[in-house]
Amino acid sequence: MKKQTLTVIATTVITTIVLIAAFIYFMPILGPRYLHPMMMGGSAPVASSDLDTSASVLTDQGLFRVSYSSESTPPPLNQIHTWTIHLETADGQPVDDAEITVDGGMPQHGHGLPTNPQVTQNLGGGDYLVEGMKFQMLGWWEVKFNISANGQSDTVTFNLILE
Amino acid sequence: MKRAYLIVGGILLTAAAIALWSAIRSPSWSEAEIVTLRGLWIGSLPALPPDPSNVYADDPAAAAFGQKLFFDTRFSSNGEVACATCHQPELMFTDGLPLAEGVGTTTRKTMTIIGTAYSPWQFWDGRKDSQWAQALGPMESPVEHGGTRTQYAHLMDEFYRDEYASLFGPLPDFSDPERFPASAGPVDDPAARAAWDAMTQTDRDAVTQVYVNMGKAIAAYERLIMPAPSRFDQYVEALLNEDKSAMQAALTDDEVAGLRLFIGRADCIKCHNGPLFTNNDFHNTGVPTAQGLELDDGRASGVLKVLADEFNCLSQWSDAGENDCAELRFVTSEGEQLEGAFKPPTLRNIAETAPYMHAGQFATLEDVLAHYNHPPVSPVGHNELEPLGLTQTEMAQIIAFLRALSGGVDAPQALLQAP
Repeated sequence: MKKQTLTVIATTVITTIVLIAAFIYFMPILGPRYLHPMMMGGSAPVASSDLDTSASVLTDQGLFRVSYSSESTPPPLNQIHTWTIHLETADGQPVDDAEITVDGGMPQHGHGLPTNPQVTQNLGGGDYLVEGMKFQMLGWWEVKFNISANGQSDTVTFNLILE
Repeated sequence: MKRAYLIVGGILLTAAAIALWSAIRSPSWSEAEIVTLRGLWIGSLPALPPDPSNVYADDPAAAAFGQKLFFDTRFSSNGEVACATCHQPELMFTDGLPLAEGVGTTTRKTMTIIGTAYSPWQFWDGRKDSQWAQALGPMESPVEHGGTRTQYAHLMDEFYRDEYASLFGPLPDFSDPERFPASAGPVDDPAARAAWDAMTQTDRDAVTQVYVNMGKAIAAYERLIMPAPSRFDQYVEALLNEDKSAMQAALTDDEVAGLRLFIGRADCIKCHNGPLFTNNDFHNTGVPTAQGLELDDGRASGVLKVLADEFNCLSQWSDAGENDCAELRFVTSEGEQLEGAFKPPTLRNIAETAPYMHAGQFATLEDVLAHYNHPPVSPVGHNELEPLGLTQTEMAQIIAFLRALSGGVDAPQALLQAP
């Protein structure tokens, strides 16, 4: 009887050890799926899920409403392409005489756009052609436009997630 | 009491078995990961885009002619160097050397030509913006083919007169040695350069036109050299078809673990993305200067060279209109990020193309992974890498995965040898 009890205890102990060993051994496989990034070496935080990725937003000071459409949707990876942006006043009047510059980058990686895109044509009706757009990495991108029109300046930032 | 022990023991054993089983079985991929894997899959490679700078790019006769030139060693200063000297088909169009060797030794490792038709930039520093402009670089390099463009024009006249004419129209009359010296061109050699400078602009243009057409024919050939599917591609295809047994047949558990790291914690996919496993952009990864070589600032000089290149997309020798040259027109030409930045090579067939990096600094993939795991301070500019904290096992898994990217070349056998 005593021998049987010992066997059961031994089995329990061995099982527990096996469990712990298995957990440690498979940590690299299980880790990325179940553990917080900080426990896996502290990867950069992912873009928050409530990031505003809409293609039509108000400028920072609320002076203009800006929307964009990419030559192909969603914007392609590694291919140079054009955007058309539409610019209007906050109350919906197209703005035709704007000076617009382009900037952007990946906030999590601390680098800018790979190219030097420019507004090359005023298409009329508040539309502008942006040439030289390119994204060469997957993930969260910001594209910023600096807009000067009607004697006023404002900036706008679009968020994109390339998958 | 006995029974209680037995029950507890049994429960623990079952738990252990379940835990082991769930850890061992091939872990599933999330929706987002499947999107990523599909993006790397060769099936995502778009149709080859046209090359507006080369009207002969998709002409089969030009490609056949280009193949002859690619393997023809007569187009060199010593009659022993062809494109294929460094771009050997049996070595995935590389040469297995740290530094390319033509008539002399260069300062860079030979890049493969497989799939380069998709790249807007050629060479490690992107100093050329088309395959045809790239092909002409080594021809006049004093350490590669070592020849000059009048020499090549005379050779064309001597060996390919009719074939050239059928493609590009009749060759000009190069028979007057006063007007067309045996060796003249805008090269390092002072005598050849002086001879070139002494020629009239019209005569120089006549010679350069032949030279440009050589490049365009070679590019038409190179455009046909594509990567073939690898075991990785079979795996993704099986994944997309939800065929578990085909997935297991395609990749081992170690290779899958390596793939998971590749697109996850190791962040390889930052630059090695898309179906060719390269974004064809330029990145500083802190690769040390090769022994005996000068500091190499990579893209910082490369971008200035391509902007000034006589054969770039906007040049008179290009067939492209201004609107076809967006990459060149909107190129980033200054900034610290260009310092010491080099093009990430395709990782397809990477296990077959050692040594690695722009001057062959690393002999093995193990060396490469060790570098990425503990990135050093860059010899110039800012190293973009962060330490990865990978274990030896994890690095071995990534290497196992990289080996599963070898699928060879997708081109008819006739194109993979001298015609």
